[in-house]
Amino acid sequence: MNIDFSPEELAFQQEVKQFLQEKLPADISERTLDEIPLGKEDYERWQKILYEQGWAATNWPVEYGGTGWTPTQKYIWANECANFGAPDVIPFGFKMVAPVIFTYGSEEQKQRFLPDILASNVWWCQGYSEPNAGSDLASLKTTAVRDGDEYIVNGTKTWTTLGHWADWIFCLVRTGGPEVKNQAAITFLLIEMNHPGITVSPIMTLGGHHEVNEVHFDNVRVPVANRIGEEGHGWTYAKVLLTHERTGIARVATSKKRLQTLKKLAGDTCDGDTSLLENPAFAQKLAEVEIDLLALEFTELRALAAVSTGNAPGPESSILKIKGTEIAQLIDELYMETAGYYGMPFVREQFKSEFDGEHVGPGVITSSVPRYLNNRKSSIYGGSNEIQKNIISKWVLGL
Amino acid sequence: MDFSYSEEQQMLQSSVCKFIQQDYDFDRRSKLIDSDTGFSEDNWKLFAELGWLMVPFSAEDGGLGGSAVDLMVVMEEFGRGLVVEPFLASAVLSGGLIANGANEAQKRELISLLMEGQLQLAFAFAEPQSRFNLSDITTKAVRNGDSYVVNGHKAVVLNGSAADKLLVAVRTSGGQHDCEGITLLLIDANTEGVHRQGYATVDGHRAAEVKFNNVMVPVANRVGEEGAALPVMEQTIDRATLALCAEAVGAMEKIYKKTVEYTKTREQFGLAIGKFQALQHRMVDMFTEYEQARSILLMAALQLDVNNGVAPKAISAAKSRIGKAARLVGQEAIQLHGGIGVTEELDVSHYFKRLTTIQYLFGSTDYHTRRFAGH
Repeated sequence: MNIDFSPEELAFQQEVKQFLQEKLPADISERTLDEIPLGKEDYERWQKILYEQGWAATNWPVEYGGTGWTPTQKYIWANECANFGAPDVIPFGFKMVAPVIFTYGSEEQKQRFLPDILASNVWWCQGYSEPNAGSDLASLKTTAVRDGDEYIVNGTKTWTTLGHWADWIFCLVRTGGPEVKNQAAITFLLIEMNHPGITVSPIMTLGGHHEVNEVHFDNVRVPVANRIGEEGHGWTYAKVLLTHERTGIARVATSKKRLQTLKKLAGDTCDGDTSLLENPAFAQKLAEVEIDLLALEFTELRALAAVSTGNAPGPESSILKIKGTEIAQLIDELYMETAGYYGMPFVREQFKSEFDGEHVGPGVITSSVPRYLNNRKSSIYGGSNEIQKNIISKWVLGL
Repeated sequence: MDFSYSEEQQMLQSSVCKFIQQDYDFDRRSKLIDSDTGFSEDNWKLFAELGWLMVPFSAEDGGLGGSAVDLMVVMEEFGRGLVVEPFLASAVLSGGLIANGANEAQKRELISLLMEGQLQLAFAFAEPQSRFNLSDITTKAVRNGDSYVVNGHKAVVLNGSAADKLLVAVRTSGGQHDCEGITLLLIDANTEGVHRQGYATVDGHRAAEVKFNNVMVPVANRVGEEGAALPVMEQTIDRATLALCAEAVGAMEKIYKKTVEYTKTREQFGLAIGKFQALQHRMVDMFTEYEQARSILLMAALQLDVNNGVAPKAISAAKSRIGKAARLVGQEAIQLHGGIGVTEELDVSHYFKRLTTIQYLFGSTDYHTRRFAGH
């Protein structure tokens, strides 16, 4: 048993640090560390830098332009990115649709779509959930009716994250008639967003963010060539997508960095005669979260170690999403507690890069409440934590 | 990155596992608990023959290397079997004090006897008022020529009644809470003035209240320097705490799996109760706690052998997290078993009892959370 990095891994870590030091734009790093949402232009700038370096697609095979990194290298990358304040790449292209395309797509589709994802030329969003199909995703109602070489798509997708930035959307649609069993009627389509029949309407979330949208399809004609694999097999492809790239789902590196920042903030925050960090009740809560995160880091390392020795990750990997989001949400609360009164101001314009007025309250602290509000989503998305428990119950415990 | 066991560790694990499966079923354990000594002398001899008593000791001391991972391997299996033989109290805790604090002559004599299974030791550190504070010591040793004269009361001494010799933490100088002035003395259990009141503990182990009334102890029986025992005690208790954590993880694995199996067979309302989502999610929580406990145990075991000063913090992280997990897993196992869970006849209740005492032994969950935060 041994968790020390090898000399090659240590050298890689140095290379990563040097790259981040030299190439990560200071304004992006600053905003990321202050937990202020970035704009599309920021992501584009950073992802193109990664593309130049050949490090944009950490989860793709080398033949398609991926890094081919080992799990340990990915772990090192995630940690250093969190430390330096490098934002995560937007996942919809790189981590969601690309694996489906390179696993199930045709040669033509691979050549057509993958290079533009890699270079961040084309932005994607995900069309899965519908107003009445959330956790029960297979009950979706958006239809695609075949008409010659095209499908005609009608319906509504919702919770479409960054749909307003996207050029393309990957969708699950219903192709079979009512006689076909739910999951066997689902097909995976790639749809260009500039179609006149598509309207994107924003949904404002409780923290005042515009991240998610409703996407309406009104007789949208989609070439059959944009279908992935076979008709009626979309559910299988989507499931692969949902289980792809579980490493990193716990966001351990980000939570570690946030705790480190939080400790400093709490240490600088007065609480009577001492600092908040020395307040026994606060310190106890902080220590409990830190300890649970330490355990989770090793749970993730156990899963990584299994993968790197060529085995499937063990049952421990199934808890990563639940624990990762629970811990992140507890950290959100500790930030709010640290913010005290400065959790109150809701001055959205001061987080814009062009803002030149007087900032109300100290930087990261004033974003703590919006962040808390926004992050309530994490235990709901990607299969709510209750759905995760159903999955563990069935597949791990055999109940 | 590699979390797999070496070939030697795998052999050690399978040898302990085989013993538990073949010779340590619940009925036999129950008989041992009710016996006079509370454990089996024969088992103890077998542990020695199989080399298990050598596991906690370094190669220089004649042992198998004493790595934390080796210790974890053995203790996890002991946890699965709820072993009551005093491996932790005698070999790990008391043996560890000898290995860490004694001079060469003492080590030669005592460690070989320990490893051969010829010697039972107990470490008397706690006092009625001390709770988890290792430096809170009122038991006094006053120098008188070539002897110390010892007076005081040691509380809940694990393996205290079976022990041939007691390692006693006494105060040779300073005030009740001072870190300096604490000394370790090796006292023959039959020395005049030593009074032992042995008893069973709720988890099926044995302990004793030990009182010292003008007990004469030769200066030659001092272990380590006078007044400087606290760091050695802390270091050794940290190692014993890791062993205890491993025992808890083994016990938790057993009990969560037993609970899952039970709910697959127990029917109510015409269904296996494991079909009810309210129960399924509770079992997923048990599973999650167990996995987190295992993860932090591995973290602590790997840190304990690295001499970089982080061991105490790592151990406290593990004890805190595992204590929390032990509470949930134990309580839920009883709850999901329903009525049968609160009976003495079912093994689950015995796992629960051990998982309960483990939460407080060597410092409670909250104590270790605070210790973690303070480092």
